[in-house]
Amino acid sequence: MTRHVVAEASDFADREIRRVEAGGKAIALVRVDGAFFALLDRCPHGGAALSGGRLAHQVESSGPGDYRICRRDEMLRCPWHGWEYDLKTGQSWSDPKSTRTRAFAAENVAGDELVKGPYVAETIPVTVEGDYVVVELP
Amino acid sequence: MNTQLRPESGENTRLRLVDCDIHPAQRTAGALYPYLERRWVDHLESFGTHIRQALVGQLAYPRMSDGGMRVDAKPEDGPAGSSLELMREQHLDPLGIEIGHLIALGRGGMEERNPELSAAMARAVNDWQLAEWLEPEPRLRGGIVVPQDVPEKAVAEIERHADDPRFVQVIMSTRPNETIGARKYWPIYRAAEAAGLPVGLHPAGYSSGKPSTGGGWPSFYFQEHYTFVPGSQALVTSLVIEGVLEAFPRLKVAIIEGGFSWAPALGWRMDRHFDTFRKEVPHLKMKPSEYMKRHFWWATQPMEEPKNGRHVEEVIDWIGWDRILYSSDYPHWDYDNPNFIFKFPLDPERRAAVFGGNARALYGHA
Amino acid sequence: MTDAPFRIDCDFHLPQAAVTELLPYLDEYWTRQITDRAMHRMPFRLSSYPPNAPLTRNPAYDDLTVSGALDRFDLSLAVASMLHGVVALHNPDMRAALLRAVNDHLAAVWLEAEPRLRGAILVSGEDPAAAVEEIERLAGDRRFVQVTLLAMQEVPHGARFHWPVYEAAARHGLAVAFHAGSLYRLPPAVSGWPSYQFEDYVLQSSGFENILVGLLGEGVFHKFPSLRVVFQESGFSWLPTTLWRIDKTWRGVRQEVPWLDRPPSQIMDGRVFFGLQPVDAPGPAALEQVLRHIGGTGMLLFSTDFPHRQFDGDPVPEGFPDDARPGLFAGNALRAYPRLATDPAVPERLRTEEEPA
Repeated sequence: MTRHVVAEASDFADREIRRVEAGGKAIALVRVDGAFFALLDRCPHGGAALSGGRLAHQVESSGPGDYRICRRDEMLRCPWHGWEYDLKTGQSWSDPKSTRTRAFAAENVAGDELVKGPYVAETIPVTVEGDYVVVELP
Repeated sequence: MNTQLRPESGENTRLRLVDCDIHPAQRTAGALYPYLERRWVDHLESFGTHIRQALVGQLAYPRMSDGGMRVDAKPEDGPAGSSLELMREQHLDPLGIEIGHLIALGRGGMEERNPELSAAMARAVNDWQLAEWLEPEPRLRGGIVVPQDVPEKAVAEIERHADDPRFVQVIMSTRPNETIGARKYWPIYRAAEAAGLPVGLHPAGYSSGKPSTGGGWPSFYFQEHYTFVPGSQALVTSLVIEGVLEAFPRLKVAIIEGGFSWAPALGWRMDRHFDTFRKEVPHLKMKPSEYMKRHFWWATQPMEEPKNGRHVEEVIDWIGWDRILYSSDYPHWDYDNPNFIFKFPLDPERRAAVFGGNARALYGHA
Repeated sequence: MTDAPFRIDCDFHLPQAAVTELLPYLDEYWTRQITDRAMHRMPFRLSSYPPNAPLTRNPAYDDLTVSGALDRFDLSLAVASMLHGVVALHNPDMRAALLRAVNDHLAAVWLEAEPRLRGAILVSGEDPAAAVEEIERLAGDRRFVQVTLLAMQEVPHGARFHWPVYEAAARHGLAVAFHAGSLYRLPPAVSGWPSYQFEDYVLQSSGFENILVGLLGEGVFHKFPSLRVVFQESGFSWLPTTLWRIDKTWRGVRQEVPWLDRPPSQIMDGRVFFGLQPVDAPGPAALEQVLRHIGGTGMLLFSTDFPHRQFDGDPVPEGFPDDARPGLFAGNALRAYPRLATDPAVPERLRTEEEPA
């Protein structure tokens, strides 16, 4: 695993969706209630950049006419066909068997524990004070 | 595995992509005003349009996202599809599209019931295509929108653009007043055939005063979305059985966003019952499926996605690999990226045909 | 006889009763109305099936009685309907009275005389309350196994408007059948009214496509899980596109219809069945392809569509897999028709057979 700095946590708004690059891969980075999630930024179904999508909930129903929102902002909805991917697992809710985006581990770690990724190398000065958002790539 | 065309490597350019379905949008409600006589601007400002549906300027089946658009395709200053710059940046450039066909749906006169206004709007939307899309972007081609329920005006509109190679087909409403094969519309087919222009038929969401199914109005968009399929089957059925294709043997018709996977089943069904009904339709000199194979081309989007992608291959084997046209439907939500639509390997010949060669042959592109 | 396969025909038509034959089942008011308004001289034929059109009348059957047809096709049972034009009347009371008479006539004249027949209760799709009343009136007669509605009417079959009918049918173990045919209230497709009957007939199958998508989208099968639906004279070659589309579209729009908690093609599995005839796919290769694309033969019910002209010779098309014939002839019908599953005429061995994989 290689660890890459991809964003500065303090610069990342809650419920922001941002396309970042690390290790030659485009990644959709999402922050929800303080937790970060990262998905490979390409919908495995139709090829859209998921970072152009929106956060989504699930709807449960006991039958026709019944609508209940649940799992608020736990999904990323593809900007094209509206397929929904679980931020935690990359699982496509709607077609669990055949479509799964690659979910990368994303976490906050202290700056001095990092292997600096391209984001840092190219645009962020190396500092040790800030908490960086890091992704791990194989 | 997906058949990857690897746009990064420039392979799409080698494929010479032709996209047969791109929707340009009018930036504002007044976008056509510069192309309309003062009389019609005043009319629209006062009365608005008169199309047979309950709601002004909106659909009664709201789409699931942003008016049925890709949520990543909206420019800051207008609706998705209204910015040529974004269309280039998001679609034409990265995919390496060499030629893109505009299908101007909405506010173009096809649906308008006032005959003179219908003709004026069709003129305007064609002039708008020319000035705002075809002039500035040489990769784009236009479709001549016609007021089909005023056939003599439709013919005049075809003739007005017939010699302009930037217009490549005639676009009719798929919800005309009468069934699309009715004799009322034959002057339009005659003019299209004479001009060597295919007719492009693309379903649209406005109502036309006839329910979207033969059994009434559906409740949910889930159902309404499907109605493009039976609706397009009816177009093909009508053109075949009403005798249009016997009367105009060189007419070519592209079914765009109506699906293609049902074509074999419809051909089989018409042939199967042709014997039973033959005496009623003596004007048909061939089996219905033979007219289908002689006259129709089929755009890919929205691509079918059976669990076994090979099933699509079998369907196309019946239709003919020379009759399938790649289409993206940019910027609509069910957009198809060429790199992802075939879930089985295509040999290079078929890829070249589907992604450009067939469209070049049909529309006479270089 | 005991060695012959048990064959159930799921789409068999009885000769249409003349209005004079219905008089015994009408009260004094309606009897007087019929005669005073000269309705007894009216044919009440549906435009979808003009009596002498080649589709409706197969000369090969001209000398065949109903029992003769049952013999000819080796039918052990036949689900028999009478598609009667009284269903097209606008006066809801007159329509209901005449429909009651049609159904009573069917029971008294046909079910009494021919033990191989099972009945279909013809109801109007325009008046669910009257349809429910009719179902309740006749449900005690176990020889009725089906409720029949025309395919092309004014309110989509999936709509909540019709749900009382489905509730009653499901509660009584009656399958609900939609049979090709139109009230001609709406054009058969959005592009408008065709000029030719041929075109009308071809478009019936696309009407069924919309019915299927509507039943699913509206959530009919969630509301009435035990409901069984039979499409009659619908064809089935069109099914691949529909199955592919409903699953694909659902993935993008399921927030609108969240009761669809599985791909819709799975929800209809075991709940929607299709009469065999007409087989539109030409020849064994096309048939094999269609069957593969729709995932097998478990949805198909043997049907002759007698006396309509759908085939010459064997009603089972060439290339239909031999090992699927028991299911086609009887097994699938026992899943489609709850009442046939417990019908005393059905051999015990058939009732215990496993569902096809």
